[in-house]
Amino acid sequence: MCLAIPVKIVVINENKRAIGEIGGVERELDITFVPDVKVGEYVFLHAGFAIQVLNENEARESMKLWNEILSAE
Amino acid sequence: MKFIDEYADPELVKKLVHLIQKDLEDISRPVNLMEVCGTHTMSIGRSGIRSIVPDKLKLLSGPGCPVCVTPSGYISASIELAERKEVLITTFGDMVRVPNSSGDTLGRFPKEKVRIVYSPLEAITIAMENPDKEVVFLGVGFETTAPVIAQTIKVAVENKLSNFTCLSANKIIPPALKALADNPLSKIDGFILPGHVSIILGKDSYADLGIRGVVSGFEPLDILTGIHMLIRQIRKGVVEVENAYSRAVTDKGNELMQKVMDEVFEIVDTPWRGLGVIPATGLGIRKKYSDYDAEKKFKVKYPEENEPAGCRCGEILQGICIPTDCPLFGNKCLPDNPIGPCMVSSEGACSAYYKYERN
Ligand code: SF4
Repeated sequence: MCLAIPVKIVVINENKRAIGEIGGVERELDITFVPDVKVGEYVFLHAGFAIQVLNENEARESMKLWNEILSAE
Repeated sequence: MKFIDEYADPELVKKLVHLIQKDLEDISRPVNLMEVCGTHTMSIGRSGIRSIVPDKLKLLSGPGCPVCVTPSGYISASIELAERKEVLITTFGDMVRVPNSSGDTLGRFPKEKVRIVYSPLEAITIAMENPDKEVVFLGVGFETTAPVIAQTIKVAVENKLSNFTCLSANKIIPPALKALADNPLSKIDGFILPGHVSIILGKDSYADLGIRGVVSGFEPLDILTGIHMLIRQIRKGVVEVENAYSRAVTDKGNELMQKVMDEVFEIVDTPWRGLGVIPATGLGIRKKYSDYDAEKKFKVKYPEENEPAGCRCGEILQGICIPTDCPLFGNKCLPDNPIGPCMVSSEGACSAYYKYERN
């Protein structure tokens, strides 16, 4: 039930509402809890609300770490 | 990057399992890890992680499915509310399937009477469209969901709605973790900490509990990395909280959400289905918002109810036994005919076992 999925913000509307896109499907969401989010960023969506902006630098860091694990022996 | 598909690379999965295996060789006893989030339970089941890690490593499912730990008496009270002519119930989907201890469910009401919503905000719309009805939202969730419900109550206040209330059975996780860690029967060596609860709370919120844990995401690589970090801590004799989900979880969490949650809810003692009352783990609606509290408005009483005979959910959620130890598992108790709460929600331990791990 605590599922949250990464959704890309495509439009920011008035009243803390935005449109997000996931797998080609657009969805309206509430951005009250991530007021500084920008178009093009990813957010985690839970029960109609964006609950966090995805940190792309951190995502790349863990990918890098995993790739290091993969290439190490 | 789409931040989903890239987290299941089979080569990396193999490599991580190998690293876990190597570290486990240095530990002379079996290791018990517990995941405390229903989404982890499902993800571990679906990805088959349990079958690829060494036998020495036991992955136990904790009380992290909010639906499963909602007491039977709350279900009965909701059913009683649904029976009132003027009431429309709004709820997340899984709740309509949970039987109370006598087998009654909200699912027996017509769809117009008990409405399933994806977001609690839909309940506000329903209340606006039905001014002659009393719309009650069943507030069942942990820290991921509770702030969203709190915000919904604030939206109801802003819109001066007089026909919207919430029946809160919301709960918080950290003190429950502490209770599990302190339970001598549970023998848990470390926790896979809930990723999305931690988005709100932040990693630092676990610091004072004195538990060993790693905050993990939900894709196979995320979970295996979490397990790997936990095993490494055990091998080194370290007890600390680490973060393996830094693309989502910060040290301090989402402070706006914490604030809204704290504004609307206060901490109360609350019963967990199968576990009994755990002090200071419930979220009751503050006096200031009592007009929006269904408990007050409808003078709700929660009957005390015992679990169906033979159901071992309580022990399963504490990591004392696993679903297959229950004599009812897979014969009398099935996902289509759940007897206990752990079989109801797709995130329940028994249901996930039934679906993915029956041999
Ligand atoms: S299999 Fe059914 S009866 Fe047994 S513990 Fe699980 S939910 Fe309870």
